[in-house]
Amino acid sequence: MVTRRVARWADQRLGAANFARTALGKVFPDHWSFLIGEVALYAFVVLVLTGTYLTFFFDPSQQEVVYNGSYDPLRGVEMTEAYRSAVELSFDVRAGLVMRQIHHWAALLFLAAIVVHLMRVFFTGAFRRPREINWIVGVVLLILGIFNGFAGYSLLDDQLSGTGLRIAYSITLSIPIAGTWLASLLFGGEFPGPDIISRLYVIHILLLPAVIVGLIGAHLAILVRQKHAQFPGPGRREDNVVGERVWPTFAFKSIGLMFITAAVLCLLGGLAQINPVWLYGPFRPDEVSSASQPDWYMGWLDGALRLFPNWEIRAFGYQVPNPFFPAVLMAGVTFGLLFAWPFLEARWTGDHDNHHLLDRPRDRPVRTALGVATLAFYTVLTLAAATDVTATTFGVSVNGVVRSFRALALLAPPVAGFVAYRLCKELQARDIARGIPVPNPQPRPRRAGSRRRPPPRPEPAPSTPEPVEPSAAP
Amino acid sequence: MTERPDETPEQREARRRRAVLGERWTAASFGVTIVASLGLGIVFWRGGQPQLEGLFLALALGGIGVALVVWATQFMPKQEIEEERKDLASTDEEVAEFQAEFERGEHILARRGLLVKMGGAAMAALLGALVFPIRSLGPRPGKGFKDTPFAKGVRLVTRDNKPIRADDLVTDGILTVFPEDHTRAADAPTVLIRPSGEIRPRPGREGWTPDGLVAYSKLCTHVGCPVGLYQSEEHLLLCPCHQSTFDVLDGARPVFGPAARPLPQLPLGIDDDGYLVAEGDFSGPTGAGFWDRDRD
Repeated sequence: MVTRRVARWADQRLGAANFARTALGKVFPDHWSFLIGEVALYAFVVLVLTGTYLTFFFDPSQQEVVYNGSYDPLRGVEMTEAYRSAVELSFDVRAGLVMRQIHHWAALLFLAAIVVHLMRVFFTGAFRRPREINWIVGVVLLILGIFNGFAGYSLLDDQLSGTGLRIAYSITLSIPIAGTWLASLLFGGEFPGPDIISRLYVIHILLLPAVIVGLIGAHLAILVRQKHAQFPGPGRREDNVVGERVWPTFAFKSIGLMFITAAVLCLLGGLAQINPVWLYGPFRPDEVSSASQPDWYMGWLDGALRLFPNWEIRAFGYQVPNPFFPAVLMAGVTFGLLFAWPFLEARWTGDHDNHHLLDRPRDRPVRTALGVATLAFYTVLTLAAATDVTATTFGVSVNGVVRSFRALALLAPPVAGFVAYRLCKELQARDIARGIPVPNPQPRPRRAGSRRRPPPRPEPAPSTPEPVEPSAAP
Repeated sequence: MTERPDETPEQREARRRRAVLGERWTAASFGVTIVASLGLGIVFWRGGQPQLEGLFLALALGGIGVALVVWATQFMPKQEIEEERKDLASTDEEVAEFQAEFERGEHILARRGLLVKMGGAAMAALLGALVFPIRSLGPRPGKGFKDTPFAKGVRLVTRDNKPIRADDLVTDGILTVFPEDHTRAADAPTVLIRPSGEIRPRPGREGWTPDGLVAYSKLCTHVGCPVGLYQSEEHLLLCPCHQSTFDVLDGARPVFGPAARPLPQLPLGIDDDGYLVAEGDFSGPTGAGFWDRDRD
């Protein structure tokens, strides 16, 4: 009764009943792989909630203080206020440690879910027209997520993240012509400078989250407008979408997934230690510890820095230092290719049609092989971030490990790609043998210059959605 | 229970049982949330404990989550709804109408081509001017990028700002040193080594290693990590970040890894009181490379 009156009160002022009915009636297809993007979204929600809590206790100041809190091994040690507030937050603030650990685990999950979601979208061809815009929005979100994660764990000014900041500074320096300017403007002078922690703080809690929130909103709005893509199956065509309505089924499942994601993150945050900065000590520019690795989503960059041979360009008194090639150029090419992929594929296949039916990976062997090869490359780079740990764990020379990873980085992608291609072909052959038709046969590439127009629209179907006979989902 | 036309009585009974079981699970899950929330309150009241906080939070949130998912999957009516995908692009009529409206305004402007161009120039100029506050973010990258506080006569000190004598180091000993009164200078950490092998000085640096001691910048020339690991038998300095390796006896020349330049060397001397001093700044800018590092 109460909710009905409140709803009526609001509707008299906003007139939202029709909009609400349309919104709640929207149909979403049901497949487990469509939940991965949702997990990323819910991890972000947890990040914002736990992060807000942390901002009430963290102090991004580089003022030097002496620690006098409850963690004995650091008593009397000089450190920045930022590090001190992080240690105090961990030991002397009720729920501080669990919130900080949930926050850190949520960041790791956020980026992992984005990457797995990107893989799902790539391997099912969901980036094809009309979804190129959303693909670009998604890749931007990946880049911003990586930057924000790095900024976040560098705030604590501990020995490990401070070393990472020095590396970021040096990578910035390596940019030709503008590098020293960029580094000086960003850090307020030479490393470390008096301002970097407070600047990273503003970037981490305001600037990047604002852009991320806006882009997530755009990502969801575009998805709703275009309607989610679906796998082929009985009753599923390019001109319809079959699934569940938002209200009540899809909403309950989604909100339930949100609570479960949050629950898993709380379990990790409470039971699995992460980023124990009190063990690393405050940052000092003359110290470093062995086995220094960044968070997982930066691993590919660190691995690239380790594996790339010591080539530099020096001419006329100027130089392009070594880190530029793996850390700036290769990274730029990586994301450039990611951005360009929908357009590259459309050009190579000559396919400029709308696609609302997804591919199974086996239906596009070349795309799948290229994707697997690329994944293999970046996986090798990520594993290469742990060359020193590998060497000490297995008691082998680190030089040997580095050389092996260099070879692996060149050999693993073509081998993995080839295996993936053969697997796709084999699976296709088995499908044909069992009489399962290959859906969406690949359109033959057209002559260069001729574009296929989208096929003419059939007569519009009646607009009220009709329940389909209950049938097996794909 | 909703009617389903093509359902046998057994299937209907199975569905009813599933629904009842689902209801029980849902109620139990909500119950878990209630108990866990109470537990969380008690843990807080008693002073907090991270593992229990995480566990109870997980149970409280998970209870709601499981309840909602069970509710949705077990006893909500299963339907497959079909919705039409309308063509996303606007119809030709809609586009024509928009163009007509837009061109009304544009048509007026088009007769003032000069004003439009000046308006564009004005916006560009303003945006250009607004970039200038960015200049305040940091100083012009100047000599500081190539200098350190080391100079002729500056003593070497430990982290506690205590000066060092030549015989403070045993053979194969290594010490991290700084310019006097600058133990926090981030570009100046230095490794002082008494290697057991014979130092082969670079041309022009024959006097830089008194008493068999040699000093190099501790900052790796790759990306600036402190080169903290010394393999005394092979006389190799190893950087733990990306495994660049430098030969201490050969001017800290890089022999493995991604570093492409040797560690800058500090010329050493011994002052009248017997303490170690620098005889000048490093042989080159310390740390990672940059565009005009080799130019004056």
